[in-house]
Amino acid sequence: MTNHLRADFPILDRLVNGKRLAYLDSGATTQKPIQVIDAVADYYKTCNSNVHRGAHTLADEATTAYEGARAKVAQFIGADSSDEVVFTKGTTGALNTIAYGWGLNRLQEGDRILLTVMEHHANVVPWQLVAKHTGAELVYLELDDNYRVDLSGLDKIMDERVKIVSVSGMSNVTGAIGPVAELVAAARRVGAIVIVDGAQSVPHLPTNVATLGADFVVFSAHKMLGPTGIGALWGRREILNEMEPAEGGGEMIADVQLYESRWAPIPHKFEAGTPPIAQAVGFGAAIDYLEKIGMTEVRRHEIEITQYALDRLAEVPDLRIVGPTDVAIRGGAVSFELGDVHPHDVATILDQEGVAVRAGHHCAKPLMRYLNVPATARASFYVYTTPEDIDQLVTGLHRARELFGLT
Amino acid sequence: MALEELYREVILDHYRNPRHKGSLSHADFHAEGLNPSCGDEFSLDLAVADGVIVEVATQGQGCSISQASGSMMADIIKGKTVAEVEEISTNFKLMMAIEEGESPIDPARPGAVLGDLEALQGVRKFPVRIKCADLPWTTLADALEAAQS
Ligand SMILES: Cc1ncc(COP(=O)(O)O)c(C=O)c1O
Repeated sequence: MTNHLRADFPILDRLVNGKRLAYLDSGATTQKPIQVIDAVADYYKTCNSNVHRGAHTLADEATTAYEGARAKVAQFIGADSSDEVVFTKGTTGALNTIAYGWGLNRLQEGDRILLTVMEHHANVVPWQLVAKHTGAELVYLELDDNYRVDLSGLDKIMDERVKIVSVSGMSNVTGAIGPVAELVAAARRVGAIVIVDGAQSVPHLPTNVATLGADFVVFSAHKMLGPTGIGALWGRREILNEMEPAEGGGEMIADVQLYESRWAPIPHKFEAGTPPIAQAVGFGAAIDYLEKIGMTEVRRHEIEITQYALDRLAEVPDLRIVGPTDVAIRGGAVSFELGDVHPHDVATILDQEGVAVRAGHHCAKPLMRYLNVPATARASFYVYTTPEDIDQLVTGLHRARELFGLT
Repeated sequence: MALEELYREVILDHYRNPRHKGSLSHADFHAEGLNPSCGDEFSLDLAVADGVIVEVATQGQGCSISQASGSMMADIIKGKTVAEVEEISTNFKLMMAIEEGESPIDPARPGAVLGDLEALQGVRKFPVRIKCADLPWTTLADALEAAQS
Protein backbone atom coordinates (compact mmCIF):
# COMPACT_ATOMS: atom_id res chain seq x y z
CA MET A 1 0.00 0.00 0.00
CA THR A 2 2.74 2.40 0.96
CA ASN A 3 4.20 3.12 -2.41
CA HIS A 4 0.99 4.29 -3.93
CA LEU A 5 0.37 6.65 -0.98
CA ARG A 6 3.69 8.38 -1.56
CA ALA A 7 2.38 9.99 -4.74
CA ASP A 8 -0.01 11.99 -2.54
CA PHE A 9 2.88 13.66 -0.68
CA PRO A 10 4.49 16.24 -2.98
CA ILE A 11 7.36 17.00 -0.59
CA LEU A 12 8.64 13.43 -0.80
CA ASP A 13 9.72 14.12 -4.38
CA ARG A 14 12.25 16.74 -3.43
CA LEU A 15 15.98 16.27 -3.10
CA VAL A 16 17.92 17.14 0.04
CA ASN A 17 21.63 17.79 -0.39
CA GLY A 18 21.32 16.24 -3.82
CA LYS A 19 19.90 13.00 -2.45
CA ARG A 20 16.47 11.41 -2.39
CA LEU A 21 14.65 12.62 0.74
CA ALA A 22 14.15 9.88 3.33
CA TYR A 23 11.91 11.72 5.78
CA LEU A 24 12.24 9.88 9.09
CA ASP A 25 11.09 12.63 11.44
CA SER A 26 7.35 11.99 11.46
CA GLY A 27 7.32 11.86 15.25
CA ALA A 28 8.12 15.57 15.22
CA THR A 29 5.61 16.34 12.49
CA THR A 30 4.26 14.36 9.57
CA GLN A 31 4.23 15.42 5.94
CA LYS A 32 0.91 16.46 4.39
CA PRO A 33 -0.88 14.78 1.50
CA ILE A 34 -2.14 16.89 -1.38
CA GLN A 35 -5.71 16.26 -0.18
CA VAL A 36 -4.97 18.20 3.03
CA ILE A 37 -3.03 20.94 1.26
CA ASP A 38 -5.87 21.36 -1.24
CA ALA A 39 -8.55 21.38 1.46
CA VAL A 40 -6.81 24.28 3.23
CA ALA A 41 -6.26 26.17 -0.02
CA ASP A 42 -9.84 25.55 -1.18
CA TYR A 43 -11.20 26.83 2.09
CA TYR A 44 -9.31 30.10 1.63
CA LYS A 45 -10.28 30.29 -2.04
CA THR A 46 -13.97 29.62 -1.63
CA CYS A 47 -15.44 30.29 1.81
CA ASN A 48 -12.94 32.07 4.05
CA SER A 49 -14.76 33.96 6.75
CA ASN A 50 -15.04 34.05 10.52
CA VAL A 51 -17.13 31.41 12.28
CA HIS A 52 -20.22 31.80 14.43
CA ARG A 53 -20.38 35.51 13.61
CA GLY A 54 -22.02 37.61 10.95
CA ALA A 55 -25.13 36.60 9.12
CA HIS A 56 -23.87 36.07 5.64
CA THR A 57 -23.34 33.11 3.36
CA LEU A 58 -19.57 32.85 3.72
CA ALA A 59 -19.75 32.96 7.52
CA ASP A 60 -22.31 30.24 7.38
CA GLU A 61 -20.21 28.08 5.08
CA ALA A 62 -17.08 28.62 7.18
CA THR A 63 -19.00 27.62 10.31
CA THR A 64 -20.31 24.51 8.61
CA ALA A 65 -16.79 23.57 7.48
CA TYR A 66 -15.34 24.18 10.96
CA GLU A 67 -18.07 22.25 12.77
CA GLY A 68 -17.90 19.54 10.12
CA ALA A 69 -14.24 19.03 10.97
CA ARG A 70 -15.17 18.70 14.64
CA ALA A 71 -17.68 15.99 13.78
CA LYS A 72 -15.00 14.11 11.83
CA VAL A 73 -12.60 14.23 14.78
CA ALA A 74 -15.35 13.04 17.13
CA GLN A 75 -16.26 10.16 14.89
CA PHE A 76 -12.60 9.23 14.32
CA ILE A 77 -12.05 8.61 18.04
CA GLY A 78 -15.46 7.13 18.72
CA ALA A 79 -16.75 10.05 20.82
CA ASP A 80 -20.44 10.13 21.73
CA SER A 81 -20.92 13.53 20.23
CA SER A 82 -19.06 16.44 18.67
CA ASP A 83 -19.50 18.68 21.70
CA GLU A 84 -17.04 16.56 23.58
CA VAL A 85 -14.33 17.66 21.14
CA VAL A 86 -12.62 20.98 21.80
CA PHE A 87 -10.23 22.41 19.24
CA THR A 88 -6.96 23.59 20.82
CA LYS A 89 -3.60 24.78 19.59
CA GLY A 90 -2.35 21.22 19.84
CA THR A 91 -1.47 18.67 22.48
CA THR A 92 0.40 21.26 24.51
CA GLY A 93 -2.54 23.65 24.38
CA ALA A 94 -4.95 20.89 25.38
CA LEU A 95 -2.86 19.75 28.35
CA ASN A 96 -2.60 23.35 29.57
CA THR A 97 -6.36 23.77 29.16
CA ILE A 98 -6.92 20.78 31.44
CA ALA A 99 -4.17 21.71 33.90
CA TYR A 100 -5.52 25.24 34.32
CA GLY A 101 -9.22 24.53 33.80
CA TRP A 102 -9.46 21.44 35.99
CA GLY A 103 -6.23 21.07 37.97
CA LEU A 104 -5.89 24.63 39.17
CA ASN A 105 -9.48 24.77 40.41
CA ARG A 106 -9.69 21.36 42.04
CA LEU A 107 -6.31 20.44 43.44
CA GLN A 108 -5.21 21.37 46.90
CA GLU A 109 -2.33 20.71 49.24
CA GLY A 110 -1.86 17.00 49.84
CA ASP A 111 -3.33 16.02 46.45
CA ARG A 112 -1.20 14.15 43.98
CA ILE A 113 -0.74 14.18 40.22
CA LEU A 114 0.57 10.87 38.91
CA LEU A 115 2.78 10.97 35.81
CA THR A 116 5.40 8.64 34.32
CA VAL A 117 9.08 9.37 33.73
CA MET A 118 8.58 8.95 29.97
CA GLU A 119 6.34 12.00 29.56
CA HIS A 120 6.99 14.77 27.04
CA HIS A 121 7.65 18.19 28.58
CA ALA A 122 4.12 19.13 27.49
CA ASN A 123 2.82 16.61 30.02
CA VAL A 124 5.22 17.62 32.79
CA VAL A 125 5.63 21.38 32.88
CA PRO A 126 1.90 22.37 33.03
CA TRP A 127 1.55 20.06 36.04
CA GLN A 128 4.59 21.58 37.70
CA LEU A 129 3.03 25.01 37.25
CA VAL A 130 -0.30 23.86 38.65
CA ALA A 131 1.41 22.03 41.53
CA LYS A 132 3.20 25.24 42.44
CA HIS A 133 -0.08 27.16 42.52
CA THR A 134 -2.08 24.58 44.44
CA GLY A 135 0.45 22.84 46.67
CA ALA A 136 -0.30 19.50 45.02
CA GLU A 137 2.56 17.09 44.54
CA LEU A 138 3.89 15.28 41.46
CA VAL A 139 4.51 11.53 41.68
CA TYR A 140 6.14 9.47 38.94
CA LEU A 141 5.90 5.89 37.79
CA GLU A 142 9.21 4.51 36.55
CA LEU A 143 10.06 2.07 33.75
CA ASP A 144 10.91 -1.62 33.67
CA ASP A 145 13.86 -3.18 31.80
CA ASN A 146 11.77 -3.24 28.65
CA TYR A 147 11.19 0.53 28.67
CA ARG A 148 7.58 -0.06 29.67
CA VAL A 149 5.94 1.80 32.53
CA ASP A 150 6.54 -0.32 35.61
CA LEU A 151 3.20 -1.03 37.26
CA SER A 152 4.53 -3.25 40.03
CA GLY A 153 4.22 -0.52 42.66
CA LEU A 154 0.98 0.90 41.30
CA ASP A 155 -1.30 -0.44 44.03
CA LYS A 156 0.79 1.27 46.65
CA ILE A 157 1.03 4.56 44.77
CA MET A 158 -2.61 4.75 43.70
CA ASP A 159 -4.41 5.96 46.81
CA GLU A 160 -7.05 8.58 47.57
CA ARG A 161 -4.50 11.37 47.36
CA VAL A 162 -4.08 10.80 43.61
CA LYS A 163 -6.55 13.10 41.83
CA ILE A 164 -5.10 13.21 38.31
CA VAL A 165 -3.26 10.58 36.29
CA SER A 166 -1.72 11.81 33.04
CA VAL A 167 0.13 9.40 30.79
CA SER A 168 1.44 9.21 27.27
CA GLY A 169 -0.33 6.72 25.02
CA MET A 170 2.99 6.18 23.26
CA SER A 171 6.43 7.55 24.04
CA ASN A 172 7.87 9.88 21.44
CA VAL A 173 11.36 8.74 22.46
CA THR A 174 11.28 4.97 23.02
CA GLY A 175 8.11 4.24 21.06
CA ALA A 176 6.77 2.26 24.06
CA ILE A 177 2.97 2.07 24.27
CA GLY A 178 1.63 3.45 27.56
CA PRO A 179 -0.38 1.26 30.01
CA VAL A 180 -3.58 3.27 29.62
CA ALA A 181 -6.07 0.49 30.37
CA GLU A 182 -4.26 -0.53 33.58
CA LEU A 183 -4.03 3.06 34.78
CA VAL A 184 -7.69 3.69 34.00
CA ALA A 185 -8.69 0.66 36.08
CA ALA A 186 -6.50 1.67 39.00
CA ALA A 187 -7.60 5.31 38.85
CA ARG A 188 -11.28 4.29 38.91
CA ARG A 189 -10.79 2.68 42.29
CA VAL A 190 -9.67 5.95 43.87
CA GLY A 191 -11.79 8.31 41.79
CA ALA A 192 -8.87 9.98 39.97
CA ILE A 193 -9.33 11.31 36.46
CA VAL A 194 -7.14 9.93 33.65
CA ILE A 195 -5.68 12.01 30.85
CA VAL A 196 -4.08 10.37 27.83
CA ASP A 197 -1.44 12.34 25.96
CA GLY A 198 -2.32 10.90 22.57
CA ALA A 199 0.12 13.03 20.55
CA GLN A 200 1.88 9.86 19.38
CA SER A 201 -0.73 7.18 20.04
CA VAL A 202 -3.78 8.64 18.27
CA PRO A 203 -1.96 9.02 14.92
CA HIS A 204 -0.54 5.51 15.10
CA LEU A 205 -3.02 3.25 16.92
CA PRO A 206 -6.76 2.77 16.46
CA THR A 207 -8.32 4.80 19.29
CA ASN A 208 -11.81 4.53 20.71
CA VAL A 209 -12.52 6.82 23.63
CA ALA A 210 -15.73 5.00 24.49
CA THR A 211 -13.92 1.73 25.24
CA LEU A 212 -10.69 3.31 26.50
CA GLY A 213 -12.30 4.56 29.68
CA ALA A 214 -10.09 7.64 30.09
CA ASP A 215 -11.55 11.06 30.94
CA PHE A 216 -9.48 13.09 28.49
CA VAL A 217 -7.61 12.24 25.30
CA VAL A 218 -5.57 14.97 23.63
CA PHE A 219 -3.65 15.04 20.35
CA SER A 220 -2.19 17.24 17.59
CA ALA A 221 -3.31 17.40 13.96
CA HIS A 222 0.20 17.98 12.62
CA LYS A 223 1.39 14.56 13.75
CA MET A 224 -1.38 12.85 11.77
CA LEU A 225 -1.09 14.45 8.31
CA GLY A 226 -2.92 17.66 9.29
CA PRO A 227 -1.82 21.28 9.64
CA THR A 228 0.16 22.77 12.52
CA GLY A 229 -1.61 25.10 14.94
CA ILE A 230 -4.53 22.84 15.80
CA GLY A 231 -5.22 19.85 17.97
CA ALA A 232 -8.08 18.29 19.84
CA LEU A 233 -9.10 17.80 23.42
CA TRP A 234 -11.69 15.11 23.91
CA GLY A 235 -13.26 15.07 27.36
CA ARG A 236 -16.10 13.29 29.06
CA ARG A 237 -19.20 15.49 28.85
CA GLU A 238 -19.83 15.69 32.63
CA ILE A 239 -16.26 16.76 33.25
CA LEU A 240 -16.22 19.30 30.44
CA ASN A 241 -19.44 20.77 31.81
CA GLU A 242 -17.84 21.19 35.21
CA MET A 243 -14.43 22.32 34.00
CA GLU A 244 -13.62 26.05 34.08
CA PRO A 245 -12.34 27.73 30.91
CA ALA A 246 -8.62 28.50 31.06
CA GLU A 247 -8.98 31.38 28.61
CA GLY A 248 -11.63 34.06 28.25
CA GLY A 249 -12.66 36.19 25.29
CA GLY A 250 -14.96 36.24 22.34
CA GLU A 251 -16.76 33.11 21.07
CA MET A 252 -16.75 31.41 24.48
CA ILE A 253 -19.53 33.31 26.26
CA ALA A 254 -23.29 33.14 26.61
CA ASP A 255 -23.52 36.59 28.17
CA VAL A 256 -21.05 39.23 29.31
CA GLN A 257 -21.87 41.87 31.86
CA LEU A 258 -19.59 44.43 33.40
CA TYR A 259 -18.51 42.32 36.34
CA GLU A 260 -19.30 38.76 35.37
CA SER A 261 -20.11 36.51 32.48
CA ARG A 262 -21.73 33.21 31.69
CA TRP A 263 -20.06 30.68 29.48
CA ALA A 264 -21.26 29.24 26.21
CA PRO A 265 -22.07 25.53 26.32
CA ILE A 266 -19.31 23.00 25.61
CA PRO A 267 -17.25 22.82 23.48
CA HIS A 268 -17.34 26.54 22.74
CA LYS A 269 -16.64 27.69 26.26
CA PHE A 270 -13.09 26.41 25.79
CA GLU A 271 -12.53 28.11 22.43
CA ALA A 272 -11.90 31.77 23.17
CA GLY A 273 -11.19 34.00 20.18
CA THR A 274 -11.15 33.29 16.47
CA PRO A 275 -10.16 29.64 16.12
CA PRO A 276 -7.78 28.13 13.54
CA ILE A 277 -10.50 27.59 10.94
CA ALA A 278 -8.52 26.63 7.86
CA GLN A 279 -6.44 24.34 10.06
CA ALA A 280 -9.59 22.64 11.32
CA VAL A 281 -10.66 22.07 7.73
CA GLY A 282 -7.23 20.58 7.00
CA PHE A 283 -7.51 18.43 10.15
CA GLY A 284 -10.82 17.09 8.84
CA ALA A 285 -9.22 16.28 5.47
CA ALA A 286 -6.37 14.48 7.26
CA ILE A 287 -8.89 12.35 9.12
CA ASP A 288 -10.71 11.55 5.88
CA TYR A 289 -7.38 10.44 4.46
CA LEU A 290 -6.54 8.23 7.46
CA GLU A 291 -10.01 6.71 7.51
CA LYS A 292 -9.70 5.83 3.87
CA ILE A 293 -6.55 3.87 4.68
CA GLY A 294 -8.09 2.57 7.90
CA MET A 295 -6.35 2.81 11.27
CA THR A 296 -5.97 -0.96 11.47
CA GLU A 297 -4.00 -0.83 8.24
CA VAL A 298 -1.99 2.18 9.54
CA ARG A 299 -1.00 0.11 12.55
CA ARG A 300 -0.27 -2.98 10.43
CA HIS A 301 2.04 -0.98 8.17
CA GLU A 302 3.73 0.57 11.19
CA ILE A 303 4.44 -2.82 12.73
CA GLU A 304 5.84 -4.04 9.43
CA ILE A 305 8.09 -1.05 8.80
CA THR A 306 9.23 -0.91 12.45
CA GLN A 307 10.14 -4.60 12.36
CA TYR A 308 12.07 -4.03 9.14
CA ALA A 309 13.88 -1.07 10.71
CA LEU A 310 14.75 -2.98 13.90
CA ASP A 311 16.08 -5.88 11.82
CA ARG A 312 18.18 -3.66 9.60
CA LEU A 313 19.48 -1.57 12.50
CA ALA A 314 20.55 -4.76 14.27
CA GLU A 315 23.04 -5.25 11.41
CA VAL A 316 24.82 -1.98 12.21
CA PRO A 317 27.74 -2.58 14.60
CA ASP A 318 27.89 -0.35 17.72
CA LEU A 319 24.23 0.59 17.38
CA ARG A 320 22.05 0.35 20.46
CA ILE A 321 18.27 0.73 20.33
CA VAL A 322 16.85 2.83 23.18
CA GLY A 323 13.41 1.30 23.43
CA PRO A 324 11.56 -2.03 23.29
CA THR A 325 12.55 -4.38 20.49
CA ASP A 326 9.20 -6.17 20.46
CA VAL A 327 7.01 -4.43 17.88
CA ALA A 328 3.84 -5.59 19.64
CA ILE A 329 4.46 -3.15 22.51
CA ARG A 330 5.78 -0.21 20.58
CA GLY A 331 5.22 2.24 17.75
CA GLY A 332 7.42 3.58 15.01
CA ALA A 333 9.62 6.09 16.83
CA VAL A 334 13.00 4.37 17.05
CA SER A 335 15.66 6.02 19.21
CA PHE A 336 19.22 4.80 19.06
CA GLU A 337 22.84 5.49 19.94
CA LEU A 338 25.75 4.75 17.61
CA GLY A 339 28.94 3.99 19.51
CA ASP A 340 30.51 7.24 20.70
CA VAL A 341 29.21 9.21 17.72
CA HIS A 342 27.08 11.94 19.22
CA PRO A 343 23.47 11.98 17.93
CA HIS A 344 23.91 15.49 16.48
CA ASP A 345 26.83 14.27 14.46
CA VAL A 346 24.78 11.27 13.36
CA ALA A 347 22.01 13.63 12.24
CA THR A 348 24.39 15.92 10.33
CA ILE A 349 25.92 12.98 8.50
CA LEU A 350 22.51 11.46 7.72
CA ASP A 351 21.26 14.82 6.46
CA GLN A 352 24.06 14.83 3.89
CA GLU A 353 22.63 11.50 2.75
CA GLY A 354 19.14 12.98 2.42
CA VAL A 355 17.95 11.29 5.61
CA ALA A 356 16.01 13.49 8.05
CA VAL A 357 16.12 12.31 11.69
CA ARG A 358 15.86 14.15 14.96
CA ALA A 359 18.67 14.26 17.50
CA GLY A 360 18.67 15.51 21.06
CA HIS A 361 16.49 15.15 24.13
CA HIS A 362 13.16 15.09 22.22
CA CYS A 363 11.49 17.35 24.80
CA ALA A 364 11.79 14.54 27.33
CA LYS A 365 14.70 15.54 29.54
CA PRO A 366 13.44 13.66 32.62
CA LEU A 367 13.35 10.48 30.54
CA MET A 368 16.84 11.06 29.14
CA ARG A 369 18.16 11.52 32.68
CA TYR A 370 16.27 8.46 33.88
CA LEU A 371 17.75 6.35 31.06
CA ASN A 372 21.12 7.98 31.60
CA VAL A 373 21.58 8.96 27.96
CA PRO A 374 22.48 12.59 27.15
CA ALA A 375 20.73 12.46 23.79
CA THR A 376 19.55 10.01 21.16
CA ALA A 377 19.04 10.03 17.43
CA ARG A 378 15.49 9.12 16.47
CA ALA A 379 14.05 7.79 13.24
CA SER A 380 10.26 7.93 13.21
CA PHE A 381 7.85 6.60 10.64
CA TYR A 382 4.42 7.13 9.19
CA VAL A 383 2.14 5.79 6.50
CA TYR A 384 4.43 6.88 3.65
CA THR A 385 7.61 5.31 5.09
CA THR A 386 9.13 2.59 2.90
CA PRO A 387 11.89 0.00 3.31
CA GLU A 388 13.88 2.15 0.89
CA ASP A 389 13.87 4.97 3.48
CA ILE A 390 15.21 2.57 6.09
CA ASP A 391 17.88 1.26 3.70
CA GLN A 392 19.01 4.83 3.09
CA LEU A 393 19.19 5.35 6.87
CA VAL A 394 21.35 2.25 7.28
CA THR A 395 23.68 3.38 4.47
CA GLY A 396 24.02 6.74 6.22
CA LEU A 397 24.81 5.05 9.52
CA HIS A 398 27.61 3.06 7.92
CA ARG A 399 28.97 6.31 6.56
CA ALA A 400 28.88 7.79 10.08
CA ARG A 401 30.82 4.83 11.44
CA GLU A 402 33.39 5.24 8.70
CA LEU A 403 33.82 9.00 9.28
CA PHE A 404 34.28 8.41 13.00
CA GLY A 405 36.69 5.55 12.40
CA LEU A 406 34.58 2.92 14.17
CA THR A 407 35.72 -0.54 13.22
CA MET B 1 33.84 15.88 0.76
CA ALA B 2 32.26 18.44 3.11
CA LEU B 3 31.80 15.76 5.76
CA GLU B 4 35.47 14.77 5.62
CA GLU B 5 36.35 18.43 6.13
CA LEU B 6 33.96 18.62 9.07
CA TYR B 7 35.11 15.50 10.85
CA ARG B 8 38.87 15.95 10.61
CA GLU B 9 41.02 13.59 12.61
CA VAL B 10 42.22 16.33 14.93
CA ILE B 11 38.60 17.14 15.81
CA LEU B 12 37.78 13.53 16.59
CA ASP B 13 40.95 13.32 18.67
CA HIS B 14 39.97 16.32 20.81
CA TYR B 15 36.41 14.96 21.06
CA ARG B 16 37.60 11.58 22.31
CA ASN B 17 40.48 12.86 24.42
CA PRO B 18 39.45 16.27 25.71
CA ARG B 19 42.40 18.24 27.10
CA HIS B 20 42.26 19.83 30.55
CA LYS B 21 39.20 17.87 31.51
CA GLY B 22 37.87 18.27 35.02
CA SER B 23 37.34 21.06 37.49
CA LEU B 24 39.52 23.28 39.67
CA SER B 25 39.03 23.30 43.42
CA HIS B 26 40.51 26.80 43.51
CA ALA B 27 38.99 28.34 40.38
CA ASP B 28 38.97 32.12 40.26
CA PHE B 29 36.30 32.17 37.60
CA HIS B 30 33.66 29.71 36.57
CA ALA B 31 31.04 29.76 33.84
CA GLU B 32 28.57 27.29 32.40
CA GLY B 33 27.15 27.24 28.92
CA LEU B 34 24.11 25.41 27.67
CA ASN B 35 22.58 25.10 24.25
CA PRO B 36 18.93 24.54 25.19
CA SER B 37 17.84 23.51 21.72
CA CYS B 38 20.26 20.58 21.55
CA GLY B 39 21.20 20.05 25.19
CA ASP B 40 24.96 20.50 24.75
CA GLU B 41 26.72 21.57 27.94
CA PHE B 42 30.09 23.09 28.66
CA SER B 43 31.57 24.31 31.93
CA LEU B 44 34.80 26.16 32.44
CA ASP B 45 37.05 26.84 35.45
CA LEU B 46 39.89 29.36 35.21
CA ALA B 47 42.66 30.18 37.63
CA VAL B 48 44.16 33.59 36.89
CA ALA B 49 47.34 35.07 38.37
CA ASP B 50 48.63 38.52 37.41
CA GLY B 51 46.37 38.64 34.41
CA VAL B 52 47.59 35.26 33.12
CA ILE B 53 45.39 32.19 32.82
CA VAL B 54 47.50 29.73 34.74
CA GLU B 55 45.06 26.86 34.91
CA VAL B 56 42.09 25.71 32.87
CA ALA B 57 39.64 22.90 33.44
CA THR B 58 36.58 22.07 31.38
CA GLN B 59 33.74 19.62 31.49
CA GLY B 60 31.07 19.04 28.95
CA GLN B 61 28.64 16.85 27.21
CA GLY B 62 27.66 17.14 23.61
CA CYS B 63 28.58 16.67 19.99
CA SER B 64 32.07 16.31 18.59
CA ILE B 65 32.10 19.90 17.37
CA SER B 66 31.19 21.57 20.67
CA GLN B 67 33.42 19.33 22.75
CA ALA B 68 36.42 19.47 20.38
CA SER B 69 36.09 23.24 20.19
CA GLY B 70 36.17 23.38 24.01
CA SER B 71 39.20 21.12 24.26
CA MET B 72 41.11 23.14 21.66
CA MET B 73 40.10 26.33 23.39
CA ALA B 74 41.39 25.10 26.73
CA ASP B 75 44.67 24.17 25.09
CA ILE B 76 45.24 27.51 23.45
CA ILE B 77 44.22 29.82 26.31
CA LYS B 78 46.33 28.19 29.00
CA GLY B 79 49.34 30.37 29.80
CA LYS B 80 48.00 33.37 27.87
CA THR B 81 47.06 36.74 29.31
CA VAL B 82 43.40 37.68 29.45
CA ALA B 83 44.08 40.32 26.76
CA GLU B 84 45.65 37.72 24.48
CA VAL B 85 42.76 35.36 25.03
CA GLU B 86 40.33 38.05 23.97
CA GLU B 87 42.22 38.51 20.72
CA ILE B 88 42.19 34.78 20.09
CA SER B 89 38.49 34.69 20.77
CA THR B 90 37.86 37.52 18.31
CA ASN B 91 39.93 35.80 15.67
CA PHE B 92 38.13 32.53 16.19
CA LYS B 93 34.81 34.28 15.61
CA LEU B 94 36.21 36.00 12.51
CA MET B 95 37.44 32.68 11.18
CA MET B 96 34.06 31.04 11.67
CA ALA B 97 32.33 33.90 9.83
CA ILE B 98 34.52 33.87 6.72
CA GLU B 99 32.39 33.19 3.68
CA GLU B 100 33.41 31.12 0.71
CA GLY B 101 35.87 33.02 -1.50
CA GLU B 102 36.81 35.52 1.24
CA SER B 103 40.43 35.72 2.31
CA PRO B 104 41.59 34.17 5.60
CA ILE B 105 42.48 36.20 8.69
CA ASP B 106 45.60 38.32 8.31
CA PRO B 107 48.31 36.21 10.00
CA ALA B 108 49.96 39.42 11.22
CA ARG B 109 47.00 40.16 13.52
CA PRO B 110 47.75 39.55 17.18
CA GLY B 111 46.44 36.16 18.22
CA ALA B 112 45.90 35.10 14.62
CA VAL B 113 47.59 31.72 15.01
CA LEU B 114 44.79 29.41 16.01
CA GLY B 115 46.55 26.07 15.74
CA ASP B 116 44.24 23.07 16.00
CA LEU B 117 41.24 25.39 16.04
CA GLU B 118 41.75 26.01 12.34
CA ALA B 119 40.40 22.51 11.78
CA LEU B 120 36.99 23.86 12.79
CA GLN B 121 36.75 25.84 9.56
CA GLY B 122 34.95 22.86 8.06
CA VAL B 123 31.96 23.71 10.26
CA ARG B 124 31.27 26.81 8.16
CA LYS B 125 29.66 24.65 5.49
CA PHE B 126 27.14 23.51 8.13
CA PRO B 127 25.54 26.72 9.37
CA VAL B 128 23.31 24.94 11.91
CA ARG B 129 26.41 23.54 13.59
CA ILE B 130 28.24 26.85 14.07
CA LYS B 131 26.44 27.31 17.38
CA CYS B 132 28.05 24.05 18.52
CA ALA B 133 31.56 25.38 17.83
CA ASP B 134 30.62 28.66 19.54
CA LEU B 135 29.36 27.20 22.83
CA PRO B 136 32.74 27.01 24.64
CA TRP B 137 33.61 30.51 23.45
CA THR B 138 30.42 32.10 24.72
CA THR B 139 31.07 30.31 28.01
CA LEU B 140 34.60 31.72 28.02
CA ALA B 141 33.23 35.22 27.37
CA ASP B 142 30.96 34.84 30.41
CA ALA B 143 33.89 33.76 32.58
CA LEU B 144 36.05 36.65 31.37
CA GLU B 145 33.25 39.12 31.93
CA ALA B 146 33.21 38.00 35.54
CA ALA B 147 37.00 38.39 35.59
CA GLN B 148 36.72 41.99 34.52
CA SER B 149 33.98 43.09 36.86
C1 LIG C 1 4.13 12.47 23.39
C2 LIG C 1 4.01 13.91 23.01
N1 LIG C 1 3.31 14.74 23.80
C3 LIG C 1 3.15 16.04 23.49
C4 LIG C 1 3.69 16.59 22.36
C5 LIG C 1 3.48 18.04 22.08
O1 LIG C 1 2.75 18.22 20.91
P1 LIG C 1 2.55 19.65 20.29
O2 LIG C 1 3.93 20.25 20.18
O3 LIG C 1 1.93 19.39 18.97
O4 LIG C 1 1.69 20.45 21.19
C6 LIG C 1 4.44 15.76 21.52
C7 LIG C 1 5.06 16.28 20.28
O5 LIG C 1 6.14 16.80 20.21
C8 LIG C 1 4.60 14.40 21.86
O6 LIG C 1 5.31 13.58 21.07
